[in-house]
Amino acid sequence: MAEISLVDVSKRFGVVEAVRGLSLSIADGEFVALLGPTGAGKTTTLRLIAGLERPERGRVIIRGQDVTEKVPAERDVAFVFQQYSLYPHLTVYDNLAFPLRSPARRMDEGFIRRRVQQVAELLHIAQKLGNRATTLSGGEMQRVAIGRALVREPAVYLMDEPLSSLDAKLRAELRLELKRIQRELGTTILYVTHDQIEAMTMADRIGVMSEGMLVQLGTPREIYERPRSAYVASRLGTPSINLVPAELLADDLMPPEVRTVGLRTEHIRICSTEHAGPRARVHWVEHLGDQNHVHLTLDTHSLVILADPAQDLKAGDQVSLEFMQPLYFDQAGNRIAAVGARA
Amino acid sequence: MADIKLEFVAKTFGTFAAVRGVNFTVDHGSFFVILGPSGCGKTTTLRMIAGLELPTSGRILLADEDVTALPASARDIAFVFQLFALYPHMNVRQNIGFPLRCQNYSRAQINKAVEEAARLLQIDHLLDRRVGGLSGGDRQRVALGRAIVRRPKAFLMDEPLGALDSEFRRLMCGELRDLHDRINATLVYITHDQLEAMAMADRIAIMNQGRIEQIGTPQQIYDRPKTMFVADFIGAPPMSFLGVQTALRRGDRIIQVDGAPVEIPEMFEDRAEGPFVLGVRPENVSFADSSRLRGRVIGAEYLGTTQIVTVTTANGQIKARLPSGNPVQIGETVGLKFRPDRLSLFDAANGQVLSTELSAGGHDG
Repeated sequence: MAEISLVDVSKRFGVVEAVRGLSLSIADGEFVALLGPTGAGKTTTLRLIAGLERPERGRVIIRGQDVTEKVPAERDVAFVFQQYSLYPHLTVYDNLAFPLRSPARRMDEGFIRRRVQQVAELLHIAQKLGNRATTLSGGEMQRVAIGRALVREPAVYLMDEPLSSLDAKLRAELRLELKRIQRELGTTILYVTHDQIEAMTMADRIGVMSEGMLVQLGTPREIYERPRSAYVASRLGTPSINLVPAELLADDLMPPEVRTVGLRTEHIRICSTEHAGPRARVHWVEHLGDQNHVHLTLDTHSLVILADPAQDLKAGDQVSLEFMQPLYFDQAGNRIAAVGARA
Repeated sequence: MADIKLEFVAKTFGTFAAVRGVNFTVDHGSFFVILGPSGCGKTTTLRMIAGLELPTSGRILLADEDVTALPASARDIAFVFQLFALYPHMNVRQNIGFPLRCQNYSRAQINKAVEEAARLLQIDHLLDRRVGGLSGGDRQRVALGRAIVRRPKAFLMDEPLGALDSEFRRLMCGELRDLHDRINATLVYITHDQLEAMAMADRIAIMNQGRIEQIGTPQQIYDRPKTMFVADFIGAPPMSFLGVQTALRRGDRIIQVDGAPVEIPEMFEDRAEGPFVLGVRPENVSFADSSRLRGRVIGAEYLGTTQIVTVTTANGQIKARLPSGNPVQIGETVGLKFRPDRLSLFDAANGQVLSTELSAGGHDG
């Protein structure tokens, strides 16, 4: 059953169309990530579901109920913001208990104690319950902020880049924890991010957004392997997909309307120059933290691919290239199938 | 010559030792990054170079002149905070020229300097535009222009790209590095983001708890970490560690891990029996049925091109970066093979690297 549905929702701010005719359904227990650059409309979408913004058009449905006209407090959602905002004068326990103590809910303290304890254990902060919020590290504070959403059991958790203010190491840890918690509790999460790694590793489905529109919705593998457009293809993958003009490749399978060819790093093989195929020169080898990238010059174009640790390439080397399973895009950037292949 | 030299520089706040005796030299014209987690002392170090903090002990030299006790205004250094703060009511030319106007340069001098800075940043066609209508990238370039227009001896930057989204940050890293090369500036840059450090630096100093753990080129730091802290801080995912209990002799090329022989770089020192740690980076792990080193797959993260597979063994957890086409079953038992020449060995007691063919190779700065 769908927990959340957006039906043809639009929202504009002055002349800017922030969200344009967006429809999206999220199933019970599903983790959906909205991925896109700054200004794509991700956060506005989240705020429309929370009731922090009112759409000009379209409907917001939560658990079968049309909530388009309802204020945030009447909607069964919990929001986790990018910047954790804890009450500095309260302990971790009281910060976590706060949402349950709201006068609208009136829960008894025994229930609250059990619930806070349970969530604290889930987030590995049970030993910090007596600490003041200000004495915690950044990662612990963000866990408390997530915990404050988790103590409630809403229809959906709306998370707006909750990990982006943390350093890389902590982000990687919390990414795994958040996914574990979501799986254990079977919660429904709509998660906004511009980080493709977060989207790919946590989401059941990714919605790729561009200029207020949802341009593709699918599993990480679908989005990566069968992108609908060159734009979507360039959202996922590190190094990003190489987009080169069609003239550069002579290929029997290429339909005539192809203008741009997309080559992912795993679709380019570097061979010695005895091998027939396009010749390229190694421009430089870039050492990044997690991988090494080889920058190649092919004709006047540059290609970036992942270095094979077993292949020792250096700047100036001549190589021959072999291309496998390229993606084809037409003039408008939409993907078209290879001759005789499934789109 | 604008070398920056720090000699035994330390800074204490009350009872807290923020920086504990730091030594390094930033060569003229080089891009030097201080990398470390929050609270490691990197910002304090930078503020001492700028003259915003006075060291408790030690000396700071700028182009061979002792500037330890000089105030910030007497050091010819530009400190760049967040890059995107522009004056919205001024046009590009006025924004870039602002630092010179404050110092009462003549109109002609200012115009000349602004135009040169704009040319270096390839924004000379935008000089008379208002900053409000500019794209994000151009706004960043204007902010950079304001930093370089004075042509100081050195630039100090404190996480200038921290507020940007990851994709844009990557783009600005490239531009900042290009700009550095064009103006041949001496630049000290601090960040907690290893990707920024790896993408831009000539040399990186990794700090931890007020001390420098290692200084070297990005590749030295990545391939030949001197401590377990460095090995663990760099890389995403970081280096995996396996605990081993053994004695090691000079010339050894094999180490026993849970009864399985594992090939290692040649040992350059003798070590009595003790607990050691074998470190392996994810891209140097592969699966091989024939290997006697076994583990159980407990997780796989799909990343498109590659996947990160987590394997538990009797000696610790290993992360492997494998092509995403390789089928991997959670729960299956696999044999593990490591690329021998890329393995690091550490003393488990103090986290320091052992001397081997790998760790002793290359020269750290």
